[in-house]
Amino acid sequence: MTDVAASPPAAGAPSQGQGLHTSDAARKRLKARYASEARFKFFGIAAVLTAAFFLVLLLSTIVGQAIPAFNQHYVTIPVDLSQESLDPNNEGEAVLRRVDYDAVVRNGLRSLFPYVESRGDRRTLGGLVSSGSAVRIRQEVLDDPDATIGQTSFAVPLDDVADLYFKGQVSEERFVETTGEASPTGTEGTIQILSTANDFRDLLADVKDFLGEQADEVERELASRERSLERAEIDIVSYRDRMPEEGSDRREFFEDQVQILERGINGLNANIRDLTAELADLRARSTAAGADEVLTTELPSILVEINGGVVKASSINATAVEGEVIVPLTTTAAASGGDWSIREVVLPERNRKLDDRSLIYLDQLAADERVERQFNMIFFSSGASREAELAGIWGAVVGSFFTMVVTLSLAFPLGVAAAIYLEEFAPKNRLTQLIEVNINNLAAVPSIVFGLLGLAVFLNTFGLPRSAPLVGGMVLALMTLPTIIIASRAALRAVPPSIREGALGVGASKLQTVLHHVLPLAMPGILTGTIIGMAQALGETAPLLMIGMVAFIVDIPATPVDPSTVLPVQIFMWADFPEVLFRQKTSAAILVLLAFLVTMNALAVILRKRFERRW
Amino acid sequence: MSTTNVQDAAQDMSQQAETTTAHETAAQSSQAPGSDVAPGGTTITDAPPDVIKMKGRNVDVFYGDKQALFDVDLDIGERQVTALIGPSGCGKSTFLRCLNRMNDTIDIARIEGDITLGEQDIYDPHIDVVELRARVGMIFQKPNPFPKSIFENIAYGPRVHGLADTKTDLEEIVVTSLQKAGLFEEVKDRLDAPGTGLSGGQQQRLCIARAIATSPEVLLMDEPCSALDPIATAKVEELIDELRENFTVVIVTHSMQQAARVSQRTAFFHLGILVEVGATDQIFTNPRDTRTRDYITGRFG
Repeated sequence: MTDVAASPPAAGAPSQGQGLHTSDAARKRLKARYASEARFKFFGIAAVLTAAFFLVLLLSTIVGQAIPAFNQHYVTIPVDLSQESLDPNNEGEAVLRRVDYDAVVRNGLRSLFPYVESRGDRRTLGGLVSSGSAVRIRQEVLDDPDATIGQTSFAVPLDDVADLYFKGQVSEERFVETTGEASPTGTEGTIQILSTANDFRDLLADVKDFLGEQADEVERELASRERSLERAEIDIVSYRDRMPEEGSDRREFFEDQVQILERGINGLNANIRDLTAELADLRARSTAAGADEVLTTELPSILVEINGGVVKASSINATAVEGEVIVPLTTTAAASGGDWSIREVVLPERNRKLDDRSLIYLDQLAADERVERQFNMIFFSSGASREAELAGIWGAVVGSFFTMVVTLSLAFPLGVAAAIYLEEFAPKNRLTQLIEVNINNLAAVPSIVFGLLGLAVFLNTFGLPRSAPLVGGMVLALMTLPTIIIASRAALRAVPPSIREGALGVGASKLQTVLHHVLPLAMPGILTGTIIGMAQALGETAPLLMIGMVAFIVDIPATPVDPSTVLPVQIFMWADFPEVLFRQKTSAAILVLLAFLVTMNALAVILRKRFERRW
Repeated sequence: MSTTNVQDAAQDMSQQAETTTAHETAAQSSQAPGSDVAPGGTTITDAPPDVIKMKGRNVDVFYGDKQALFDVDLDIGERQVTALIGPSGCGKSTFLRCLNRMNDTIDIARIEGDITLGEQDIYDPHIDVVELRARVGMIFQKPNPFPKSIFENIAYGPRVHGLADTKTDLEEIVVTSLQKAGLFEEVKDRLDAPGTGLSGGQQQRLCIARAIATSPEVLLMDEPCSALDPIATAKVEELIDELRENFTVVIVTHSMQQAARVSQRTAFFHLGILVEVGATDQIFTNPRDTRTRDYITGRFG
């Protein structure tokens, strides 16, 4: 009865829509469908955007890191390459080979810095140019003696750290305006520079801030040590408490533990004492206003340029600095405000690779307009090197090229032939099914397994040369084969059967049908599969490590049996080096590899388009 | 031309009516309509063709475990058009594909019985399939020109069989084939254009030109007009009629009007059995089997 009473209002409410597809319930269903569609679209767009964001992030990081590596700084130094000094008796190559070119570079550099006298400073000077400079000069002299002999200057690459300095990647620097008149007390040795204004006040404040920050850091460290101490003490107490309840074995173990902890506590206590003292010292220095501050190598460097010389400050107060003259001053005359300058190198000397002295020498070279920025040809034309500034990818590119040639010439014909046989000729039985399953499985085998196979079979059994692109190519061919076979079979299967029937219908044999009609039509697909397989092989590292292509090889390989490395392995090796320039070159090499991959994929697309248009 | 023949046949038929009725009842009693399996040798056959080009005897075809054709006996008359009709899946295309061993390309297909071309057993292990297919050409349901130029499409067959020694010979073969297929006037200016760029009807005539370029003795056509519009169909039908002068033609068709228009003999297949074969006029005007009658009157299929 209640049902009957309840139904009329329910039926009466949806007055305009009563049909199956026009009722309110139907509208609701429709709305839900649209909502789910919108949701799906939103998720899709969100996924694409996320992926794009990460791609952009990745690429921008790599490109940002790589860009500095595409340029390199050269310094032009005077050199004595006269006939008399190199080869006075005109004996030719034999003598030219034996000349001490290191001395040529050394003397050239020294002639630019007459005031550098001590052994240590001269070594610093020599370290500014690349250690490969002499080799480069020698090479040039031997390659083209007529043009080179008699040259009075030569551009040599700077050392990697010096190079980075000119790229502005060593330290942040600050220049301070000077207002007062500065008077130096001497031109050499340790001198004082007194300013009539408080020109050094801001710098002093900076230094104090820096000390304060250091103090904060020490304080944090101290706190963590104290926490460790507390934990150790609690542990000891708990061990002691539990000891009486345990058996003798456990008790011994506990006693050992307690002893270890107590030793640790002793160490910690000593540590805490030291840190507390250091903290007190730092705090005192950072808060003592106006006092002289000694500039250690743990503090920012302050360099004063005055009267054509440079002074490195060793202590500072608001109106004066004391320091060592690095570039001698011309006079002790007072310099008015603005004629002398103060420069702060923010990163403490201890934390950078380039010391203040080198930095000042480099500045002088730059001021003499001897430093020049060039496109980094070395990166593209030379092989591996332990010196970051001399390392290049050409050896790896050539190695990769040979490897790819071997891979392609093995994998393509074998893969296509196998695919044609399996797809067009092979009877469909258990054996071919087994082969098919195994080919599919091979495509999923981790690449390093192929490397192990190469090591065991090609190197150990066949005795082929280690580290050679030939073996690398063979291993990668094995790895690429399944990809090519699968892609080729798919492409062959995609050719419409009507083409086969047409050809068979006019009396072509099976082979003619395949070669004249099916294969050409399948070619775009086969080529795409092949190029994708090759691109995969080009980026492969793991199997090549197994067959020794990770060796450090300076020479550019001339044949596929010469030892060599390949691009991805080169990247892998560079990524391990600590030098900043190597890190940049790693990114640059990644860019080169990416460029190759993009080119190959573009080629795949173009080939596909061209073949398809032709038919 | 067919219409007059059919009218003539209709007059003949009225005279034969009594005899055929008796025959029919016999057929009906021996097998219920629609039964799956027919005992061999029940095909109703009227007078065989004058000159027999191809002959099938006791042909059984199996696709794996499934039997597609049951004991088919069929003679193909020389220089006439034989139409194979029947509902979908009745085995007519299967039989057609046996005639040039196209079924060989299907791994699971197995053929038993004898099929001869002239005096030669085409399933003899010594026979060369390539040679056989040169003698028995085929045109397919969907036009399937090679994705090459019109010239290349036609030149391909003669070239693989080495029929032309010089380029001029080859060109002559191409031109004559195109002329015979009635396509020459339409494409003579663009023999280098891709064959796939032609219209559907032109493509099918191109395929016919391609098939006759190798000068086969028999032409097999598997529903050649099913993908064409009525105008293109008319042209192809006209062409088939002309081809009869030089070739023996076997055509599979779903259109009974087409069978009536182009063929001289018609064979009706049903569920893998060749039910009835005879002169086209007779089959369409006076079928002796009820299944044939039901089919041509549109009662099933």
